Amino acid sequence: MKHVIVIGGGVAGMQCASELLRQNIAVTIVEKQQCIGGKIRNWHKLFPSFTPADEVLAAMQQKLTTHNNLTIRTGCEATCITPQKVTLSSGEELRCDATVIATGFTLFDATVKEEYGYGIYDNVITSAELEQMFNEKNVHLKQGGEPKRIAILHCVGSRDEKVCQRHCSKVCCVTGVKQAIELKKMFPTADVFNFYMDMRMFGPGYEEMYREAQTSHNIHFVRGRISEVSPTFNNRLQIKAEDTLTGRPLKMGVDMLVLLVGMKANAHNTTLAKDCNLTLQPSGFMQPKDSFLGNVASNVEGVFYAGAITAPKNIGESINEGTAAARGVVEWLEKR
Amino acid sequence: MKRSSWTDYQKEIADDNYYYARSCIRQNFFPGSEKVFLDIVGRDLGRNIFDDPKHTSCTGIGYHSDVVPLETIMTVVARQFALMSEAGYENFTSSCITSFGIYTELLATWEEFPEMEERTREYLYKATGREFTKPKNLAHTSDVIFHHREEIARKAKRKLINTYTGEPLKVVEHIGCHYAKIFPKKGVGGSEFPYVLAGMVESWGGEIVDYPERRHCCGFGFRNYLVQANRGYSITNSHKKLESMAPYKPDFIVCNCPGCSMFLDKWQYTIAEMEGTTYGQNGAGIPVLTYEEMAGLVLGYDPWELGMQMHQVDVEPLLDKMGVEYDPTAKYLGKNGRFLGRPQKALVNSCIEEAIYKTSNRR
Amino acid sequence: MINFGFSINRARTIDLDRNNLRKSNEIIGEMPELQACIGCGSCTASCTAGNLTEFNFRKVHTLVRRGEYQGAYEEMNKCMLCGKCRLVCPRGINTRGIVMLIKRKLGDF
Repeated sequence: MKHVIVIGGGVAGMQCASELLRQNIAVTIVEKQQCIGGKIRNWHKLFPSFTPADEVLAAMQQKLTTHNNLTIRTGCEATCITPQKVTLSSGEELRCDATVIATGFTLFDATVKEEYGYGIYDNVITSAELEQMFNEKNVHLKQGGEPKRIAILHCVGSRDEKVCQRHCSKVCCVTGVKQAIELKKMFPTADVFNFYMDMRMFGPGYEEMYREAQTSHNIHFVRGRISEVSPTFNNRLQIKAEDTLTGRPLKMGVDMLVLLVGMKANAHNTTLAKDCNLTLQPSGFMQPKDSFLGNVASNVEGVFYAGAITAPKNIGESINEGTAAARGVVEWLEKR
Repeated sequence: MKRSSWTDYQKEIADDNYYYARSCIRQNFFPGSEKVFLDIVGRDLGRNIFDDPKHTSCTGIGYHSDVVPLETIMTVVARQFALMSEAGYENFTSSCITSFGIYTELLATWEEFPEMEERTREYLYKATGREFTKPKNLAHTSDVIFHHREEIARKAKRKLINTYTGEPLKVVEHIGCHYAKIFPKKGVGGSEFPYVLAGMVESWGGEIVDYPERRHCCGFGFRNYLVQANRGYSITNSHKKLESMAPYKPDFIVCNCPGCSMFLDKWQYTIAEMEGTTYGQNGAGIPVLTYEEMAGLVLGYDPWELGMQMHQVDVEPLLDKMGVEYDPTAKYLGKNGRFLGRPQKALVNSCIEEAIYKTSNRR
Repeated sequence: MINFGFSINRARTIDLDRNNLRKSNEIIGEMPELQACIGCGSCTASCTAGNLTEFNFRKVHTLVRRGEYQGAYEEMNKCMLCGKCRLVCPRGINTRGIVMLIKRKLGDF
């Protein structure tokens, strides 16, 4: 029986593993965390349908639990990856017939954008933390009480040369709209403002959701990037931006500021590329073999990619890439 | 404030043997500050510092007002460096934020464009016959005080504490744009949450006020101030800051930059005379200190020795709070003991005429 | 008071803490579709009045939504109600209706 190692147990890795298992191929998932699932474990609801994230996760895990040919190695990292062998950080070597890298992305560390005061001012939170609060059904201000005015800032750690993140993280715009709607449903009298640079509603149903946010939920959209955040005397946060559509500076006090943190390439990618002869993009994400005909293949035969390892992607796209990578692996194994 | 990021911005600050470059504005408006800086570093801290009579203005005011060309200022700066080497020093410390910004900027420029450094060497040699060596360490004088802040705290005679209440004094710090907004990594704490003054205040017992317009420019703006008709821009920025900090009832403002000290102090007078607004708790202005004066008070210097009578806004209410002993009648005496005359009464100086100096009921 | 030859300038900043948003909320409440504007500028590009004067429908209604009412009524008076903007609006906003609504609500400003 052939054996494939999938590195990373997020949605892309899980999907890839279950597809390979269906083809009667033995799979080992190598996962850095203590359990598989990846980042979706921390999300609340998924755009644009507001599907609970745990429903999707449960369905994917369900497909994996019934298999005997699956080994899950949690709490370990892969340091060197070749089609025949994966070396773990413990030094242990696992033999295989092909490998799939599905290690995803790293959330941008918002403390780097010092001007937003994340980690300094209590009610500046990240979009990931807001998802956590939604999950715990406990969205509140640090000092207690409900927010009356909330600002959501797009492109934190995306499209920003100052922090070496030139790329667009793609999913933040729609996440911002989704979270704005959820906040507005939770606090109907609160004012919710989205500060955006461009609204990139790339997926099906996204634009429709954006419009619904505007007209049904009265969510305000201001085109301009928040330039700095400071505390106010009455324990709010003062934000400054330009309302670029009127050409005037704008400021206001808000109770809560949500930073839509972008998707950053894993720092690990650089060493991975060097040690395994894989090609890196300038953004730090891995370079697929071809952007049309070889999206899930790497420049090394027998090493495949799935999900956000090659670029920011949403959950659906990552799952699809899991399937595509499994298909690629099967074709490659058949050729040999 | 949970200010943790400042540790990411550490700069090297020389420990001893400084070549001192004075500031045009500071030596004219706060001459006591430069004097006391030399005393603190030389006497209290026992470090070696050289005050060179040969050095000149860096011409930064002219540069930022578009009247001094880049080549000229580069040559002037090169001459300062030449004087430093001639005096046998390697560590340059400048009293002025704009000078500090310019030295930093030119060193970076020469690093990026070595041909400009070559040209400057040529200009300097042709003009003065001198050659220069770049400093091994460049620090603003506030960096030097920051570097020695714990030693100063150990030698402190007084703390930044309100002796009536026992509470820490509430201090507004203002950094000055050219300190870290041009090269954030060259300033202690970076540009968003600078720590150079905050570190001193915290070490000496005070409490920093973080207010909405903390990072905003004082409005000096060089050409905006120099042309009378444009001064509206300048005063409006100070006005914005003062309006924003007033609700926090700060006990005093401490400035990094000579220009900011001057403007935040003197614009309070102008604003009061224009629209009747004052920002201090006592109905007068908020005292504005230089960090040298703040350090001097902590080390027990006499306020008139520090030159605090040069301020627009009276500092007496602050001195009383801190429990500083001083002779009110000596405020306007010159060095030779002669009475110099007193300024006219203004809205921001309510305590000039009949100073009621409370010395009782102090803890 | 001393005349210094200059004065304290008024800030150009839109201050949402100071602006009274009641009228703005009423306008959005009556015609929520106005919020659907994506700032494309088709209205202004095709505007009969806007080609001859400073009139910029997109900018004026955005300012109104931020609580900046001053001059909005006079601006809207420049509209010739030709309806071309409504024809081109990709979001299907009843722009003429907005013009009339703003005039009705903000006559005092």
